[in-house]
Amino acid sequence: MTTEAALKRTPLFEKHRELGAKLVPFAGWEMPIQYSGIVAEHRAVRNAAGLFDLSHMGEFYLEGAGAGPALDRLVSSDIAGLESGQARYGLLTNERGTIVDDVIVYRLAPQRYMVVVNAANIDKDAAHVRRHLPSDVRFFDGSAMTALIAPQGPRAARILSRVADMNVDDVMPFGVAETKVAGKTATIARTGYTGEDGFEVFLRNEFASAVWDALLDAGTADGMLPIGLGARDTLRLESRFSLYGNEIDETTNPIEAGLAWTCKLDKEFLGRDVVAKAKEDGPSRRIAGLVVEGGVARHGYPVTSGGREVGIVTSGTYGPTVEKNIALAYVPVALAKVGTALAVRIREKDVPATVVKTPFYSRVKK
Amino acid sequence: MTVPQDLRYSKEHEWVRLEGDTATIGITAFAQEQLGDVVFVELPEKGATVRQFSSLGVVESVKAASDIYSPISGEVIERNMKVIEKPELVNQKPYEEGWMLKVKLADKGELQKLLSADDYRAHIGETAGSGGS
Repeated sequence: MTTEAALKRTPLFEKHRELGAKLVPFAGWEMPIQYSGIVAEHRAVRNAAGLFDLSHMGEFYLEGAGAGPALDRLVSSDIAGLESGQARYGLLTNERGTIVDDVIVYRLAPQRYMVVVNAANIDKDAAHVRRHLPSDVRFFDGSAMTALIAPQGPRAARILSRVADMNVDDVMPFGVAETKVAGKTATIARTGYTGEDGFEVFLRNEFASAVWDALLDAGTADGMLPIGLGARDTLRLESRFSLYGNEIDETTNPIEAGLAWTCKLDKEFLGRDVVAKAKEDGPSRRIAGLVVEGGVARHGYPVTSGGREVGIVTSGTYGPTVEKNIALAYVPVALAKVGTALAVRIREKDVPATVVKTPFYSRVKK
Repeated sequence: MTVPQDLRYSKEHEWVRLEGDTATIGITAFAQEQLGDVVFVELPEKGATVRQFSSLGVVESVKAASDIYSPISGEVIERNMKVIEKPELVNQKPYEEGWMLKVKLADKGELQKLLSADDYRAHIGETAGSGGS
């Protein structure tokens, strides 16, 4: 366990304090969980814009002629098919076909890639990736010197364009570009974890404060708010994005997690055969979306059917946009069909829950 | 942080307003601020018995579930259906529309075990008489 004294701080820590954020330990970091309130922040991202400090996340850089092929073997999705200036979501898998982490791979240049990993997994992932790299690939863990600031929401593009040296609308979804933001060199990508349009701005730590201030200033008139990890979780859950440690970990395979779409089975990757077999055999359990009537389901609560424990909640919250108590849970495949009546055991009471279609929320795309 | 002078308080951040032998119970402005957005309130029904410093129900914020402890003992006369339907009232009006239970007070002596407004302010780390947050 990390002790409080050892908590790391991002280059924006003082900004969070000045903005009145509530700071909590998260994955070894002292991070803002909320500023004005989770519901208000959530709605700002859905309806206007929000600004996230995600500098705790990890960034690996891989270079060399063998970098692309090596990543294609390490990551479940089609990395070989990535062109320069494109990014793709995928899973770091192991030989057992389970999930080491979920990542986004960015092809920055023909022979240069960035891999963004979860903060809690940086050391584990770095060791895993290094173990499987040929000697002609240069690996660099740039996590400690890289800041990540994410303007997200329907107005994020226009706000970022005001302070960037380019019209960021020229960047396609999952596109990457090198530019300057507030005069500072940055890599911007049209990626995120909110279910809205938005960007992630990668830059050196020493540029973080200037870029954070410039973006908040540029966004105030558009209703942009700073957003903490609390709303990050409600936003991703409504959009049914998996969270490492909740829906996915080294005991889960991509098929039961509903992530078969991230697995390109007609190529080689670590654990491919196991994943292919799991797909062929069909999983015994899978992630279902639940709407809970009369209580909030939380991570670890049992799911019941006729009073018998049949599954477990992986994530649950109140969804501020859908205005319902929502949850993701592993349940037997036979009970995962939309419309199935189940229950979640909340404080020793079985509270009714219904399997619903996911995502709980999807934005109307322009 | 608002701490009305005419109420009694528990260390667990509940308040009591006494009218005759009817005690109205809620959670303090400090408590709702700590919890964040309240999205669900679970309260005992009319006729139930609550005991001083025992759990009387649960408030769920977006982040977590927290027990509410009864500041006094007695029989539930009424629960506030409005906060069950609109839990955000707990955040918006913790001392007014955000009340939770009305209880028929069993033992007036129990009030001695509660804090005055000044003592409660000190308990939450504010100096007596300060109105600021």
